[in-house]
Amino acid sequence: MPPLLKVEGLSKSFPMRGLGPMLDRMRGRRTDVRAVDGVSFDIAPGETLGLVGESGCGKSTVARCLLRLVEPTSGSVRLDDTEVTRLNGSALQRLRHGMQMVFQDPTAALNPRLSVRRMVEEPLRLHTTLGPSERRARVDDVLVAVGLGPDFAARYAHELSGGQKQRVNIARAIVTDPRFVVLDEPTSALDVSLRSRIILLLEALRENRGLSYLFISHDIATVKYLAHRVAVMYLGAIVEQAETRELFANPLHPYTRALLSAVPIPDPDARRERFALAGEVPSPVDIPAGCRLRGRCPLAQPICAQPVPLREAAPGHWVACHLVGKG
Amino acid sequence: MTDAATALPLPAQRRGPLAAMWRRLRRNPVTLGALGVIVVLTVVAVLAPVVAPFDPEATDPAIALSAPTWQNLLGTDVYGRDQLSRLIHAARLDLIIPFASTAAALVIGALIGALSGYRGGWVDQVIMRMVEAVLAFPAFVLAMGLTAALGNSIGNIILTLAITQVPIYIRLIRGEMLRVREMEYAEAARTVGNPSWRIVVVHLLPNCIPPLIVQATLAMGFALLTMAALSFLGLGIRPPDAEWGEMTAEGASHMVTGEWWLFVFPGLVIMATVLAFNLIGDGLRDLLDPRMRGVR
Amino acid sequence: MSLLEVSGLTVHFATDDGPVEAVHGLDLSVGAGEILGLVGESGSGKSVTGFSILRLIRPPGRIVRGSVRLDGRDLLTLPEEEMRRIRGARIALVPQSPRTALNPVITIGTQIARLFELHGDLSRRAAWNRGIEALDQVGVPDAARRMGQYAHQLSGGTCQRVMIAMALASSPQLLIADEPTTGLDVSIAARILGLLRELGTRTGAAIILITHDLGVVAETCHRVAVMHAGQLVETGTVRALFRQPLHPYTRALVRSIPRIDREVALEPIPGAVPSLLHASPGCRYMARCPHALEVCRKNKPSLDVVEADHRVACHALEANRAAVA
Repeated sequence: MPPLLKVEGLSKSFPMRGLGPMLDRMRGRRTDVRAVDGVSFDIAPGETLGLVGESGCGKSTVARCLLRLVEPTSGSVRLDDTEVTRLNGSALQRLRHGMQMVFQDPTAALNPRLSVRRMVEEPLRLHTTLGPSERRARVDDVLVAVGLGPDFAARYAHELSGGQKQRVNIARAIVTDPRFVVLDEPTSALDVSLRSRIILLLEALRENRGLSYLFISHDIATVKYLAHRVAVMYLGAIVEQAETRELFANPLHPYTRALLSAVPIPDPDARRERFALAGEVPSPVDIPAGCRLRGRCPLAQPICAQPVPLREAAPGHWVACHLVGKG
Repeated sequence: MTDAATALPLPAQRRGPLAAMWRRLRRNPVTLGALGVIVVLTVVAVLAPVVAPFDPEATDPAIALSAPTWQNLLGTDVYGRDQLSRLIHAARLDLIIPFASTAAALVIGALIGALSGYRGGWVDQVIMRMVEAVLAFPAFVLAMGLTAALGNSIGNIILTLAITQVPIYIRLIRGEMLRVREMEYAEAARTVGNPSWRIVVVHLLPNCIPPLIVQATLAMGFALLTMAALSFLGLGIRPPDAEWGEMTAEGASHMVTGEWWLFVFPGLVIMATVLAFNLIGDGLRDLLDPRMRGVR
Repeated sequence: MSLLEVSGLTVHFATDDGPVEAVHGLDLSVGAGEILGLVGESGSGKSVTGFSILRLIRPPGRIVRGSVRLDGRDLLTLPEEEMRRIRGARIALVPQSPRTALNPVITIGTQIARLFELHGDLSRRAAWNRGIEALDQVGVPDAARRMGQYAHQLSGGTCQRVMIAMALASSPQLLIADEPTTGLDVSIAARILGLLRELGTRTGAAIILITHDLGVVAETCHRVAVMHAGQLVETGTVRALFRQPLHPYTRALVRSIPRIDREVALEPIPGAVPSLLHASPGCRYMARCPHALEVCRKNKPSLDVVEADHRVACHALEANRAAVA
């Protein structure tokens, strides 16, 4: 099956402003922040790709580049056969028809002065020729689909609980029947008991409506539950990508191993080795040459100073590490 | 303390934001009183021909310069016109002019400020430099200069007062805009495909309104005071139209001859009205402060 | 006797519609060197409990009943002056958002050194050096340089370490950590938790770890107390509680989270935390409970000992035993 979304060589760098960086530039030093650096992946229809990584790794910037909330510096994003990065004006607005996003903070993502109906209805107003009564019916339907029901349409954000707010956000994202939805940490700001409900809702919606998700999260257990495949990002680049089961059973990249071993397990009898990295994530201004993890990796070798592309270590399992397969 | 906040139950029956505001307002007698003063003044102004005991223009040399009597409660002026009736009729101009100028300044300021804050870049730079240039003049000196240059018709006075206020709104809305445009709902509005103008008008501006209301209320007092001061100096409303500032000016000329009622009463009315507007503004500031939401 | 004994703690929040019972009749104890996990959903009253121990509940909140004994002395009856000396010196708080808890316009070093000047009666220079040591101990790299920096120049993890260093400045007997790892990346969270564990053993301080993350509890704590709607529903050693979760709420919590160590079917906890305004006289979990009995409606279950150091507040104990068997 051809992929629904194909991302190739996506990069985004932000120039640094101010006197210091200006002087540095005059001395010929690099002063831009390379938030995303050559990211490629694809997502099949009906598939969920999990994108994990720690804060500052560039995963949210990837999401915003896909939706053109942030202009990518280079690279290509194709949804079906449309090159998203070249759209502008009304064509770009029409793209929103097929591509939507659910934000992290359910409260901040809702306009406090609009009713639920107005917010959920808005995409229909903007992108369809439906009349008021048809729009009303569609909004009612989608509110039922996210487990709220039409009674909620008249409410305002401050009258909703955190879980209900996130359901409204989801309703707004799916009301135009998009094929692809970016989920940017949709459960992180929610309380434990609500998290599982939103996870189940997202899963049910994907199955019933044939949605594809890019699921961005630092909550690794949730990604394991929802994603078919997982890509691990570190300092702006994907360092490992594989089927979910394969990745969790057989993490190859030292960064992935460190990340997985740090996830707390709710079982006091679980004993495992902690694979720890040294120090903290370096600033994306001075990304080390060669392997990005080199300075922190306990296994680092001289060869790690060489550039390291993603290689297929096993069928469908891609990893960017010199040491994989070399003992 | 997040737990404590969420432990508070949602009210059993849904209360609108207005109802909640009314409940808090009830606990604030000063604001409520000030609001009462303005409401009464407005009603009196609207019903002026009905409630005023006499025709404000009717002269009667027989009772000229009479001190307050049961007949003429606040006394009469040099032409024998009833001062109470004049004050009541003057309320019309004295409320409409500040209101119209504030409304005009608010709308214009909101639009320019929104543009400045949302677009940013050179547009913002140019607008802000112009704002600073206008604000460099003391407001009253600017108002004097403008009325002197434009002439003092009612329309020009409104325009003058609006021009002196606009920069304040531009700055206020620009600042609010810078804040709300970074909110996730602004991003969400873009994600669902809103064109820029819709994001600003539908999604962002309404969320900038509360501080705007506070500012506008305070500005009403300021505008009234400026207008009265202009009239006092002879640059504002001209006789025979009744206006409180102009009445105070007239009265002031009788200060030495002892007809105290001619300047005390118009002065008191101005003071009370300006004070009421300021108190309402302060009250609204507390009322609309998001930090106060949920607190009793 | 334990270092900290909380008994019958009841905290109300006044609202327009009447008092909300945020915490109701809570009994809790923590021994020296012990880490107690306090878990529950938002609105379970776990943070309110933590703040009550420090007597930091502000109006409209009010501690209505109960006692909080530290080394046998009831903190709730102390004059405010004395309580202030205890706060910071004997009980310290590690807050949820370290960045906002640090003063943004004063350097980290000045903030830490001031504590040592205050508590340790040291000279300015000696206090500064103690500050560097303290940061070193909690694993802040390049501590001497960090001392001269401001909160916004530090990462979230480093800010949290600074907060812990500050909390430890006075060698407190009790440390209350309110969701110390929420919002931090997993690898940094793991290090912060490792640090807390190490502190417990090294300094003998008791730690109350307030969290909603059962994984954190399992990896860090010795004992757990599970709170629901302002009440303690189950308490015991970590092992007992995870092996044999006897309260239906504890079981529901465990089953509602996705986990990386095994494949599970997610089962969300039914219903929502009930309103604590005019709370029912019976069991507050009843409306969400699959095993609810007639007795649950009227009688509040007491926290009964089922095993050594494992207590449960539930009428349907038989059903519970069957469920975990």
